[in-house]
Amino acid sequence: MNNIYTLPTAAPRQRPIYMDYQATTPCDPRVVEAMIPWFTEKFGNPHSRNHEYGWEAEEATLMAREHIADLIGAEAKDIIFTSGATESNNLAIKGVASFYKGRKNHIVTCVTEHKCVLDACRHLEEDGFHVTYLPVMANGLIDLDLLAQSLTDQTAIVSIMAVNNEIGVIQPLADIGKLCRERGVFFHTDAAQAAGKIPLDVEAMNIDLLSISGHKLYGPKGIGALYVRRRNPRVRLSAIIHGGGQERGMRSGTLPTPLCVGLGEACRLAKTEMTEENKRLTSYRDLFLNLLSEALTDLHINGDKQQRIPSNLNISFAFVEGESLMMSIKDLAVSSGSACTSASLEPSYVLRALGVEEELAHTSLRIGFGRFTTEDEVRQAAASLIAAVTKLRAMSPLWEMVKEEGIDLRTIQWTGH
Amino acid sequence: MTYSNQLLDHYNNPRNVGSLDKADDRVGTGLVGAPACGDVMKLQIRVNDAGVIEDAKFKTFGCGSAIASSSLATQWLKGKNLSEAENLKNTDIANHLALPPVKIHCSILAEDAIKAAIADYKEKQSKKTTSEAPAA
Ligand SMILES: Cc1ncc(COP(=O)(O)O)c(C=O)c1O
Ligand code: FES
Repeated sequence: MNNIYTLPTAAPRQRPIYMDYQATTPCDPRVVEAMIPWFTEKFGNPHSRNHEYGWEAEEATLMAREHIADLIGAEAKDIIFTSGATESNNLAIKGVASFYKGRKNHIVTCVTEHKCVLDACRHLEEDGFHVTYLPVMANGLIDLDLLAQSLTDQTAIVSIMAVNNEIGVIQPLADIGKLCRERGVFFHTDAAQAAGKIPLDVEAMNIDLLSISGHKLYGPKGIGALYVRRRNPRVRLSAIIHGGGQERGMRSGTLPTPLCVGLGEACRLAKTEMTEENKRLTSYRDLFLNLLSEALTDLHINGDKQQRIPSNLNISFAFVEGESLMMSIKDLAVSSGSACTSASLEPSYVLRALGVEEELAHTSLRIGFGRFTTEDEVRQAAASLIAAVTKLRAMSPLWEMVKEEGIDLRTIQWTGH
Repeated sequence: MTYSNQLLDHYNNPRNVGSLDKADDRVGTGLVGAPACGDVMKLQIRVNDAGVIEDAKFKTFGCGSAIASSSLATQWLKGKNLSEAENLKNTDIANHLALPPVKIHCSILAEDAIKAAIADYKEKQSKKTTSEAPAA
């Protein structure tokens, strides 16, 4: 009998090379394998206390918690499962703010945070909280002196991301943690792009809350975790989702055992393979940059050159508009925030916060490497980009004016909208 | 975004990329847009003694639709006289390329560039006649 679910076999189409690992990562096949039994034969509700089905599922979620905790130097009991980093960030920021409301009414974050952190803070502003949005320096990092100055005895929580999703820079977590601890303020970090990519240690770094997303570290989508410190000092927070009181009452709902197992396995693999993986990714990144800079001038790497993860590059290709560049590299799946200001796609707020000039911000691409990237792909990506940029510069009036006619673009009276 | 085949054709094989001599009396140059906005279009025409556009070139910094719009504009301009050229509408470009709504302004930019090039040409001609006048 024909299986009605089988799709007609289309001619295999060559798919673009995936270079957008900051948007999401494929699930590692080893993760999928670990998850599969928990969908079918081991389907029990981990909160069922009365029989084996429940016990084995609970045991599996406990193992997963241990793997997650291991990755960040925490204990299994500190880990709260959520649906992803968006929920973890919301729970951390809104949860702490509302628990301490009345005693404290101030939050500190930073302008380059992910939208879910910024929007959670905006929401709290409507609720009467004061929020300080720290600027960043030209390298994308926060200024620790400014952070220190912004803290008051009203400050409940500081939320600063570990690794930025657009430019890959690593914030000085240990310094931030130390400062917050000295001043008696909770420190939350959105580690969606950092967990499994850089070593994290909640003790050494004095981190009180930490958000993780499954699909950013080769785990499944729809699962995440929030580390909530239980002692020295204990963090209290108000739940957002109420119900059966699971997850120490902080996040009700039946745990999705297969997803929990997947996240746990993803964290376990990340911990064992991180050092080796980062070495490989660093060599790819260097190869890629060397190939590009041998062939092209006027490249600008956005964000600090040292304090960054190896798997991300945000590059401005001066004189070439980002969206048309994307059209010319159809064989690569990368991301661009640009297009002219009329098309509503504003240049990214992160690049603007760095003070990247608008004309350069329009020429930027985010390129992300990851676990399944190969050297061949890196070479092909570089070749493809070089060809596209060369072609588009040859038809760029700005390139002609600057490079061939020696005109300073700032002396031109533009007729922009 | 999905684009029409006409648009992709002009984007992938742009017609008339290049530059004409700005100093030439018979050449009109239009430069519109702004780098900070993410779009700059340079469009040039060369007009012969009969008042017909015998050559047109462009260079564009901008999205794919802006590049395709300027490519199409130069193609259409060639062989037209100035009043015909002045009547070229952005809507004709937008329709021919089947531009999606958010990309209509890219064709407006091309129309602006055509107008600016014609105006530049006319200004050069009027300067020529006034500067030649005393000698006559
Ligand atoms: C830094 C950062 N925080 C939060 C998120 C949201 O994560 P999730 O998709 O798990 O909700 C992302 C992913 O887009 C991210 O990059
Ligand atoms: S020129 Fe603005 S999106 Fe095309």
